[in-house]
Amino acid sequence: MRGRFFNLCSALIKNGMKILSLLLAVSIIAFVLVTLSPIDPVQQYILGLGTAISQEQREEIEEYWGVGEPPVECYINWLTNVLRGDLGVSSLYRRPVADIIGERFLSSLALMVSSWLLSGIIGFSIGCLMGMRHGRFLDRFLKKVCYILSSVPTFWLGLVLLLVFSVWLGWFPIGFSSPIGVLSGDVTFGQRLYHLVLPAFTLSLMSFPNIALHTRQKLVEVLESDYVLFARARGEGNWDILRRHGIRNILMPAVTLQFTSFAELFGGSVMAENVFSYPGLGSAVAAAGLNSDVPLLLGITLFSTLFVCVGNMVADLLYAAIDPRVREAVE
Amino acid sequence: MKRLNRRTRLLILTAVTAAALICMYVLGLAIPDEAVEGSFLEAGEPPSFEHIFGTDSLGRDLFTRTIKGLSLSITVGLVASAVSAVIAILVGLAAATGIKGIDGFINWLIDLTMGVPHTILIILISFALGRGFTGLLAGIAATHWCSLARLIRGEVLQLRSQQYVAISRKLGKSNRWILAHHLLPHLVPQLLVGLVLMFPHAILHEASISFLGFGLPPEQPAIGIILSESMRYLSAGMWWPAVLPGAALVLLVLLVDKLGDELKMILDPYSAQE
Repeated sequence: MRGRFFNLCSALIKNGMKILSLLLAVSIIAFVLVTLSPIDPVQQYILGLGTAISQEQREEIEEYWGVGEPPVECYINWLTNVLRGDLGVSSLYRRPVADIIGERFLSSLALMVSSWLLSGIIGFSIGCLMGMRHGRFLDRFLKKVCYILSSVPTFWLGLVLLLVFSVWLGWFPIGFSSPIGVLSGDVTFGQRLYHLVLPAFTLSLMSFPNIALHTRQKLVEVLESDYVLFARARGEGNWDILRRHGIRNILMPAVTLQFTSFAELFGGSVMAENVFSYPGLGSAVAAAGLNSDVPLLLGITLFSTLFVCVGNMVADLLYAAIDPRVREAVE
Repeated sequence: MKRLNRRTRLLILTAVTAAALICMYVLGLAIPDEAVEGSFLEAGEPPSFEHIFGTDSLGRDLFTRTIKGLSLSITVGLVASAVSAVIAILVGLAAATGIKGIDGFINWLIDLTMGVPHTILIILISFALGRGFTGLLAGIAATHWCSLARLIRGEVLQLRSQQYVAISRKLGKSNRWILAHHLLPHLVPQLLVGLVLMFPHAILHEASISFLGFGLPPEQPAIGIILSESMRYLSAGMWWPAVLPGAALVLLVLLVDKLGDELKMILDPYSAQE
C-alpha cells in the first residue's frame, strides 16, 4: 500500500514537471509568435480605448508592454507578471484577463462537461451495440453514420442544427447562454440549461464517433476470445457476456480515450461557441485574435494548454490506478 | 461482361474517385473571377435550375462560389499536408535514429504540439503572420505532422530490428544503402496513405479557421467564408447558403477519405493480393 502511494506521488511529480516544461515552452512560443506579428498591440490597445489619451497614460501602457526593450527582457517581465497572477488587461473587454478567463471558463466548462459526458455515454452505448451486432445490418449502418459524422465540420453541423431546431421548429433559442434582456443575476438554472442544449449536442455529435468506433473494435476483439467462447458454451446469453466480460474489458480504454480527447474538445468548443454566440473561452479567443487583443490571446492560450495537459495527466494516472495490469507493471 | 477481380475493381474505383477530385479542382480554377460577380437583381434567390445552389445576399451564384471554394480548399489541403508530411518524415526519422536525447526531445515536441488545442495554435500562428493565406497554411502545416511522425517513428524502429536489416549491416552495407533499399520502400506507401488521410483534416481546419474570420480575406470564395456570411441571414430563413456549400464540403472530405482508404488497400501488402 505504501509502495503504491509512493508510486502515485512520483508519477504526479514527474507529470507535473513535464506540464511545467510544456507550459514554459508554450509561453515562449506564444510570446514569440505575438511579437512577430505585424500588428502593433499598443496601437491596437489605444485604438480600442476609443478616446484620446494623455502622454503619461501612453507611457504607462508602453511600459507594461515593454516597448523599446529587448524581447527577452520583455518576455521575462511578462512572465513574472503572469506568475504573480497578473495576466494584463484585455483591450477588447477593458477588464483584467484573469477575471474574463475565470468567468468565461465556467460557461465553457458547463458546455464541455455536458457534451463530454453526453458523447461518452452515447458513444459507449452505440459502440457496445455495434460490437454486439458485429457484421450485421445495424452495425454496418451505424459504422457508416460514424464515418460520415467524423468528416463533417463542427461549425457546419452547428449551423444546420441551429437552422432546423431554432429557425424552423423554434424549439431552442438562436444563441447566447441566457435570454436577452434578463440581468445575469436573474437567469434561472433552467434557462441556462435550455440555452446549453443545442451547443452541447453539437459538440457531442462531433466526438462520439471516435469513441463508438474504438469501443466497437475492442468489443469485437473480446467477443472473439476463447473465454467468451467458453462462456457461450456454458450457456451465457449475449447480455450476460456483455456485462461480465465485455464491459469490464472495454470500459477503461474508452474512459482513457475520453480523457485524452480534451484538446479536440476544446478546439470543437471554439467552433461551437462561435456558431451559437455562446459567451465562453472559445468565442473570446476568436474575438481576441480578430481584434488583436494580445493579453487575452496569450492568457487563453496558456490556460487551454494547462487544461489539456491536466486532462492528459489525469488519463495517465487513472489508467495506472485502475487497470490492474498497468498497476502491476509499474510496481 | 467479363468479371473483374477485386483488385481491378478497386483500381477502377480509385481512378474514378481521383478523377472526380481532379475535375472539381480544375473546374474551380477554370471558372473566371467575373463569373462569381452577380447582380443585385437576383439577390437571395432560392435554388432553381438557373442557380442550382441559389444566390447569396449580393446576388452571386453560390454554385460557382462553392466550386471555387472547394478548389481553394484542395490547394490549401494539398500544400499544408505535403509540408506536414515532410516535417513528419524528417522528425520521425530523427526520432528513430536511436539516440536517446533526440528521441526524448521529439516526443516532448509532439506532446507540446498536441497539448495546445489546434484551433488556438492556428489562430496564434495566423495572427503572427498577419492573418493571411500564408498564415493559414503555416498554421495547418505546423499542427498536422504529429500522428504521422509517430507512425513513421514506430515503423522505422520496428524495421530496424528486422533480421534482414541486421544481415545487411553485417554484410557491410552503409546506413544510406539500408535507408534507400530497406527502409524507404516500406515507408513511402505509408507516407502516401498518411498524406491522403491527413488531407481531409487539413481541409476541415481550413474551413473552420476561415469561418472564424482568420486566414483568407472576405472577398475570397472559401467555404468557411460563405458559411460565416450565411450566419447573418440564417434567422431570416435563408437556408441554402448555409446548407448546400457545407454539404459540398462534406462530399469533398468523404471523397478524399475514400481515396485514402482505397490507396491503403492497394498499397498495403496484406490486402493488396486479395
